Amino acid sequence: MIDVVLTAVCLLMILPLVFLVSNAFKTPQEMLAWPPTVIPNDPTVANFKAVLGDTPLLRWIGNSIMFSVLSTVCILATSAITGYILGKFRYRVLNIFFAIILATAIVPFEVYMIPLYFQAKALGILNTTWGLLLGYLVMSFGIFLIRQNVIHSIPDELLEAARIDGAGELWIFWRIVLPLLRGALGALGVLAFFQAWTAFAWPLIVATTRDSYTIEVGLALFQTGFTVDLGRLSAASALVLIPSITLFVLLRRNFVQGVASTGLKE
Amino acid sequence: MVQRKRWMFPLFAILPTLVIFAYVRIYPIGDTLRLSLHKWDILSKNKPFIGLANFEELTDDPLFREALLNTTVIAFGVLIITIPLALVLAALIYHRTHSRFAGFYEAAIFIPHVVSLVPAAMAWKWIFDARLGPLNALLTNAGFAPKSWLFDPVLSVICVIVLCSWQALGYAVIIYLVGFKSLPNSLYEAAELDGASAPQRFWYLSIPLLKPITLYVSVVTLVSGFNVYAQAFVLASDAQGAPGRQVRVLVLDMLENSFRNYRVGYAASEAVVLLAIVLVLTLIQFRLLREKGRS
Repeated sequence: MIDVVLTAVCLLMILPLVFLVSNAFKTPQEMLAWPPTVIPNDPTVANFKAVLGDTPLLRWIGNSIMFSVLSTVCILATSAITGYILGKFRYRVLNIFFAIILATAIVPFEVYMIPLYFQAKALGILNTTWGLLLGYLVMSFGIFLIRQNVIHSIPDELLEAARIDGAGELWIFWRIVLPLLRGALGALGVLAFFQAWTAFAWPLIVATTRDSYTIEVGLALFQTGFTVDLGRLSAASALVLIPSITLFVLLRRNFVQGVASTGLKE
Repeated sequence: MVQRKRWMFPLFAILPTLVIFAYVRIYPIGDTLRLSLHKWDILSKNKPFIGLANFEELTDDPLFREALLNTTVIAFGVLIITIPLALVLAALIYHRTHSRFAGFYEAAIFIPHVVSLVPAAMAWKWIFDARLGPLNALLTNAGFAPKSWLFDPVLSVICVIVLCSWQALGYAVIIYLVGFKSLPNSLYEAAELDGASAPQRFWYLSIPLLKPITLYVSVVTLVSGFNVYAQAFVLASDAQGAPGRQVRVLVLDMLENSFRNYRVGYAASEAVVLLAIVLVLTLIQFRLLREKGRS
């Protein structure tokens, strides 16, 4: 009984996405059919061809991948080293720094993105990957997450033993700390990647030339054009959805772990 | 010698983050506060300090009022739909943890939260579409009049709420599942021995015990509701992008004021209002959590 209810709810949840993908393969006539078909009777790739001809969709996807990967690398690097220092070294200055990180974490990005836009403009990096990156270089929550993991899973004795053996601090961080943080960094990496991949407001204001759009912005603005029909929109959307759903299925553990750990801050 | 140099590593290791943090977080946050007190137009040369005049003007601005009202309705609408649904679904999934389908349930409910926002919104745009959408087809077949979901100002706010709830649900379910897994089994066994039925155990044990989690999810949901933008942008802009049909939310109003009307100082004062709302919500969360900890 419970399984029936849950299955029904789950199907309802994914139904919009299933229809989106299926619409992408439909002819204009079939898209109007009632009831809507899940598997197209007469599948066609005309919509995909049309949308790839209409827009630099692949370029937008490329921009998004570039931006998301760089953002993930920056966030992982800054979070790993800063989280480790904040978790294992005792200086009063560090407590102040940690307090500032926690305090700014509360401030939503939308609150300060307009001044940040003017900083990007002053640096001359509007319409570039660097401009996009400026908003996504650090993640307060990432630093917090790594700090908690460092405190819980890296024993002081291990570090002291390595120091007594004459290991340098960099060696200790690279060879002892990082390997122990692999799970936490994996979860954080997935969160960081998808945070950038689904970013909207910041790319919308920073990357305003057709060639510099991210895929989200490109799609959103494409739909406001005059000649766009539903088939093309669905095809473009499906092209964006399929890789992210595949990635999700492959990395489901990391996703769930990453999201679950956001709920554990206290 | 070795002792004396021990502070060097932490200092140099943390320095890059410190610099980046100051530049991309602290400075722009400070700048938002500064700009909100200035008459700062891109076009005019002078950017005089005008105190709280921007905020006074906000209280008389019909567009801002509309944005604030819409955003509040959306944030609370999503909250009211998401929390009870997520609680019940998480309880059911937790109940079936050992079933073969547990992973599927978790994944299917979670997927809307992780897929790209704009394509997901496109899927719903088709559902709500007045001419082609299945929702209106369903209504007509059931003998009701079709509605122009995305054109009517009230209905389009409801559409945004539905889309946002669909996305927020998976997140809330995952957090509740973590909560359920941390509940003490002994209490449930005792209640079962005393003859409490499953719904009773849910109502009298789970709901009170999960209150801190409910609080946390509520604040997160409200805060993201107040920042809503992309969903409203995608759903409510039509083929011609006619501005009159947009669902006016706070972030949209901010962007219009700064990039269309070039009134950056005024937009900054809206950002400060948004910040104030979020701060109040967060303070309420901390206050309630502390009371919970004391009792």
